[in-house]
Amino acid sequence: MVNRHSISMPFSGGKAPPWARLVGIILYIAITFGLAYSLEDILPRAAEIPLTLFESLAFLAFLGSAMILYYQPIPKVAKLILGILVLLLLMPALGLRNGYYLEVATQVGIFAALALGLNIVVGFAGLLDLGYVAFYAVGAYLWAFFGSTQAGLVLTSIKDFFPLGGEWFFLFLCLGVIVGGLAGILLGLPVLRLRGDYLAIVTLGFGEVIRVMVNNLDKPLNLTNGPQGISPIQRPPLFFMPLLQALGFDLEPRQIYPIYFYLLVILIALIVIFFTRRLDDSPIGRAWIAIREDELAAQAMGVPLVRTKLTAFAAGASFAGAMGVLFAAKQIFINPESFTLMQSIGVLAMVILGGMGSIPGVILGAILVTTLNLQILKALSDWLNAMRQAGTVLNLGFIQYAMKNLPVQLEPAKYERMVFGIVLVLMMIFRPEGVLPASRRKLEITANRETPPEAVSATPPVTGGGE
Amino acid sequence: MPLLEVRNLIKRFGGLTAVNKFNYELEKGTIASIIGPNGAGKTTLFNMLTGVYVPEEGKVEFNGNSLIGRRPDQITFLGIARTFQNIRLFNNMTVVENVLVGMHARLRVSIVHALLKTKRFQEQEQRAKIESVRLLDYVGLGGRGDELARNLPYGDQRRLEIARALAAEPRLLLLDEPTAGMNPQETADATRLIRRVRDELGITILLIEHDMRLVMEISDWVTVLDYGEKIAEGKPEEVRRNLRVIEAYLGKGVASSLTPEANSPRPEVETGFTPPDQAAAPTQNDGQER
Ligand SMILES: Nc1ncnc2c1ncn2[C@@H]1O[C@H](COP(=O)(O)OP(=O)(O)OP(=O)(O)O)[C@@H](O)[C@H]1O
Ligand SMILES: [Mg+2]
Repeated sequence: MVNRHSISMPFSGGKAPPWARLVGIILYIAITFGLAYSLEDILPRAAEIPLTLFESLAFLAFLGSAMILYYQPIPKVAKLILGILVLLLLMPALGLRNGYYLEVATQVGIFAALALGLNIVVGFAGLLDLGYVAFYAVGAYLWAFFGSTQAGLVLTSIKDFFPLGGEWFFLFLCLGVIVGGLAGILLGLPVLRLRGDYLAIVTLGFGEVIRVMVNNLDKPLNLTNGPQGISPIQRPPLFFMPLLQALGFDLEPRQIYPIYFYLLVILIALIVIFFTRRLDDSPIGRAWIAIREDELAAQAMGVPLVRTKLTAFAAGASFAGAMGVLFAAKQIFINPESFTLMQSIGVLAMVILGGMGSIPGVILGAILVTTLNLQILKALSDWLNAMRQAGTVLNLGFIQYAMKNLPVQLEPAKYERMVFGIVLVLMMIFRPEGVLPASRRKLEITANRETPPEAVSATPPVTGGGE
Repeated sequence: MPLLEVRNLIKRFGGLTAVNKFNYELEKGTIASIIGPNGAGKTTLFNMLTGVYVPEEGKVEFNGNSLIGRRPDQITFLGIARTFQNIRLFNNMTVVENVLVGMHARLRVSIVHALLKTKRFQEQEQRAKIESVRLLDYVGLGGRGDELARNLPYGDQRRLEIARALAAEPRLLLLDEPTAGMNPQETADATRLIRRVRDELGITILLIEHDMRLVMEISDWVTVLDYGEKIAEGKPEEVRRNLRVIEAYLGKGVASSLTPEANSPRPEVETGFTPPDQAAAPTQNDGQER
């Protein structure tokens, strides 16, 4: 009973005692992991049973455990241990069993970091940016250029240096932050005087300009190799390989890289979360939100408008820049197709769906949208197809429907955008603040608690007004 | 030298001259009021003093600095803070956070310190939070700090606006109709608060008001605007007896039918000073629409 409570209402402030919650969350993790791991063996194979759909739902539930864990009022140590268990052990274990899980988890991490970056711009500062993916592209092409033979085509006199070795990847990860941030400032400078819709349109244009530029910059100087894209791109070296071998793990690079990238993504996503939270709880974060709430009042309170907006743009863009570098290394191959308007809108959907300005919300948004995109819709399509081919007849009691009569056009995977559209519209109607809306910190209590009583006495505040 | 000195200030909106050749001096430590019928140009004047509007002509000197061409945040930094006629709080932030934003210009520790959460940063934050809570106590919002600003009752929202402005540690506080829409009890509280701000914190106050009882009671100096022009200026009792002022408020016919009698208070005129529609309904222009 108590367990069910803490499982089914993980985000509510239920009254279950901490130990019960602890047991509950452990059970939850165990069950969802077990299901995701072994549904394949448990379920009989038949066209009517949507195995992959069940699997992806179980996996989604398992991914969600990290979120639920975050909300449990259990000791920090327990949280930490369980978090490590879920993210660093169970997930890679699932990945060894079924590589696609790990791919999805990695994508979730990448998109969570991107969405957190966009959340600074859209959620905190309230600046609608529809060209966010451009900064992602900047980071991706930065590493693609130097981490492949592409740079050698341009810098012919020193072409033996390229591709740069994989160990440069880590330096470029940092460079991605800087270059992304600079790109954010460069875009921000001219456009930040615009408001609302105008800003959205100009950033949308900027995103497209970058994509088209990347598409066409194979001449006069071949910087991007145009539509063909750049490949192969260097990956970070497996410097820990000898250690693994010494420990008796005999894995091939093909098996290691997905786990390696997964861990890298998790690490970066955690850093991004960490920094976002710090920014949120600082003067600059408050200034961003103040601007979102009321530009004029914020300015009248001493917030420099342009500079503060630029900081938001730069911070958001720098996350995207770093993730771009990682993306290029992970994919080995990139071309302009990866940086379309749909990508920007997808990331925006995560922010809106999860809850603008809410860090856990945005992460949940990334989980939901990514799994829906990569797994759930696809699994639905597969299921329908399987039934179509097997000639299943659905028996709904009063109506019989032969699945082979189902029009072939009906393929959920192709309706991704429509599904998003519907989900977003429903959200706007029923829960416009997002699944996990932003909540503000309670500061008065902390300020009072940490103050010696005499300091909060009735004396008037000391201000600079009098001489 | 006066704290604020305005010379020949002009603001036009298309063909309309909202403020015309306005001259003004404000001594440190005064509570001064600006009154005038709706559309007289009072808010426009505030918007020019705070950098929201750029005047067509004229000079504004504050504490030895020219304000013309400066951005609103720079002017706040120089020591002018304001409230708005139609309340403009940060609705989805808590009450304490609203006040913290008011301190923005004074929080000097950089973003890098915030990211690394250095000791300096933590100390500054802690001090700021304590001071915010103290300011909230001061304006009578103690214990409400963690509520969202939009959930406060109307009168408390006005107090919060004052607390937020005080957080900037201004030398001059501009209040645009601080008691608009308040009931008599709230108005009395607000009046007391305004006076305390001047007496205890030494902050000079310039306020726009339609409530004549409040203006006459609290002001050291009253200036009357009508159609952008300054039509009268003086101590409250001088202004109260000024024929042009009565005309501006009640129209020519009414004013000339009353024979002004020096030295005798005339209650009918005083009550007539506050036509109900003006006192109740603040108009919506703080420079947003353009
Ligand atoms: N941004 C603007 N654009 C065009 N006209 C404006 C603008 N702001 C103010 N005005 C006009 O300037 C005149 C003065 O307006 P202002 O708001 O300063 O009056 P006010 O004295 O504050 O009136 P109230 O007592 O109603 O607040 C009005 O006629 C108003 O319509
Ligand atoms: Mg006004």
